[in-house]
Amino acid sequence: MHLKYESTIREALVDGNKSYHQVTEDICKTIESKPTKLWAIGFWTSVSLLLFGIFCVCWEVYWGTGVWGLNRTIGWGYDITNFVWWIGIGHAGTLISAILLLFRQGWRTGVNRAAEAMTIFAVMCAGQFPIWHMGRVWNGFFVLPYGNTRGPLWPNFVSPLLWDVFAISTYFTVSLLFWYSGLVPDFATLRDRAKTKFRKMAYGFASFGWAGSAKHWQRHEMLSLVLAGLSTPLVLSVHTIVSYDFATSIIPGWHTTIFPPYFVAGAVFSGFAMVQTLLVLTRKVLNLQEYITIGHIEAMNKVIVLTGSIVGVAYLTELFIAFYSGVLWEAEAFRLRVLGPYWWAYWAMMTCNVVSPQLFWFKKLRRNVWFTFFMSIIVNIGMWFERFVIMMTLHRDYLPSSWSYYVPTWPEVGFFLGTFGLFFTCYFLFAKYCPVIAIAEIKFILKTSGQNFKDKMNTIEEKTDEHFMAEQLSHH
Amino acid sequence: MSIKKFAVAAYDDEAVLFPAVKKIRSSGYKIHDVYTPFAVHGLDEALGEKESDLHIAGFIYGITGTSTALGFMSWIFTTDWPQNFGGKPHFPLPAFIPITFELTVLFSAVGMVLTFCYLCQIMPGVKKHIFHPRQTDDKFVLVIEVNDSNAAETEAFLKATGAEETNIQIAESDWWYGRFDKKEDYEIQQQLA
Repeated sequence: MHLKYESTIREALVDGNKSYHQVTEDICKTIESKPTKLWAIGFWTSVSLLLFGIFCVCWEVYWGTGVWGLNRTIGWGYDITNFVWWIGIGHAGTLISAILLLFRQGWRTGVNRAAEAMTIFAVMCAGQFPIWHMGRVWNGFFVLPYGNTRGPLWPNFVSPLLWDVFAISTYFTVSLLFWYSGLVPDFATLRDRAKTKFRKMAYGFASFGWAGSAKHWQRHEMLSLVLAGLSTPLVLSVHTIVSYDFATSIIPGWHTTIFPPYFVAGAVFSGFAMVQTLLVLTRKVLNLQEYITIGHIEAMNKVIVLTGSIVGVAYLTELFIAFYSGVLWEAEAFRLRVLGPYWWAYWAMMTCNVVSPQLFWFKKLRRNVWFTFFMSIIVNIGMWFERFVIMMTLHRDYLPSSWSYYVPTWPEVGFFLGTFGLFFTCYFLFAKYCPVIAIAEIKFILKTSGQNFKDKMNTIEEKTDEHFMAEQLSHH
Repeated sequence: MSIKKFAVAAYDDEAVLFPAVKKIRSSGYKIHDVYTPFAVHGLDEALGEKESDLHIAGFIYGITGTSTALGFMSWIFTTDWPQNFGGKPHFPLPAFIPITFELTVLFSAVGMVLTFCYLCQIMPGVKKHIFHPRQTDDKFVLVIEVNDSNAAETEAFLKATGAEETNIQIAESDWWYGRFDKKEDYEIQQQLA
């Protein structure tokens, strides 16, 4: 039995005086009104960035990966850095929607929809990098195991690079299904409110004919629960497998068992930072401060300070082990990270990821929207540098004559900017045409966690336990 | 699956809906369905629905994924095209785990979603009868199948249970691969009866 009561000590998750209908109105408002000028500017800027990215990719495909700044020594540069960075960002959504669902964190309800959307778009961006890094991309289908005319020669199933193919495509598919199954009832709400013929048709199509039958809701709940259970190990496995790309190699500085947990913590860290960046803006622009409250922002900042500290501990452990192991190569790799030609990247990483998030121990700063926004950018810069530092471990190998220094060229930078274009184009479309907040889920928690309902709870707090239980039982 | 007549009651709050469901069921009426804007916990129980078995389907799909991945990779590495990767064994079970896990999750998730869509009869392009335009917004809509003789009486009873609005509708009762009856068919049936 579900008790419709939550202690008044807990902060309300939905502020203001809301009824079920008001929730629908508030969230559907932006979808049903004309796009604003601000939206149009943002959207078309993203589209042009995307087009520039497409141009840079075409340039690379035409001339070959030689137009990138890679060389014999540094075979993985900007592209794999960006791949790991985007895939890391893509971890927050499923963490919020799956792991926090299993942990029964009510505050996930306000942010899960946008965070999951962000996940899907980030994974789409991440996927671009290994694909175009293939160089002869028209042979890209060679990674798929199918009966072919080459033997049949199968892909190497024990290579972490192939595990990546499976992990990322599975992650994308499952995240998409999870996200969309939650969207179906909300699209039905939009369909039943639609005034124009086109909107009726579009949302009718998107809502799959959902009507909200009690039995269907029961199955829907079961589906969400099991998908959450599946996604929880999945989200941990994906970045673990990405870290295997490095950890299973024999490069000093990469060949470490600390990589999987440290990558996962880093992924959650950067993912939450990206969620903050997007939601601080979204709640302001779409006027959703009552649904994405300061309490939500604070909760996510707490996750950031926790994962930031885990990442910090991992960095220091790496340094210590490099020294303590007595392996000359390992020690040299880390000396070069800290003091070598790429020292600036290492210290940028340390400052952004380890030092600055510690400011979130102060409650005032955790609850400050603009400071949060600023920090979210800093964290993502730091996490980008983390991946860059790891990649640049390659710059000195065993043979001094092949020591090298890597600088990205314009098609590489353009490609990276292009993925921002892709990401924000998708996000702008999502924010305009889909419910940014899960309408049905907010309604589900409204009576336990809504401000106006919580205010009425004071009378319940004064009752005895026996009286309260008897009352609850008689309701059902 | 066919066109039928329904008494429809819309409630404003689940706190009114629950006692109403209890009263309706104990009075001997058979509830066709209740449509709610969100998942109301305990409603399935109150309606006497048994728990969903969707998770069992998910488990079976998952096992299928596991065995597909393991079987396929083992067959390739030991029988179809054994290759030597740096002198490593031909049956490296630990190295099969990542792909096996991913395929388990993939099969289970995709299979469950498809099964869910099939069981609920939802897919793009499907149009179901919406008894109340706000049943996906803020109304809790309870529907009972009636015939010409008990329609008025049922509607009055529903009104007495605390329903905000009540009415009688003629609608396709459920969607199963498309519409079966047309409205005219219902009228012919009624005339024959």
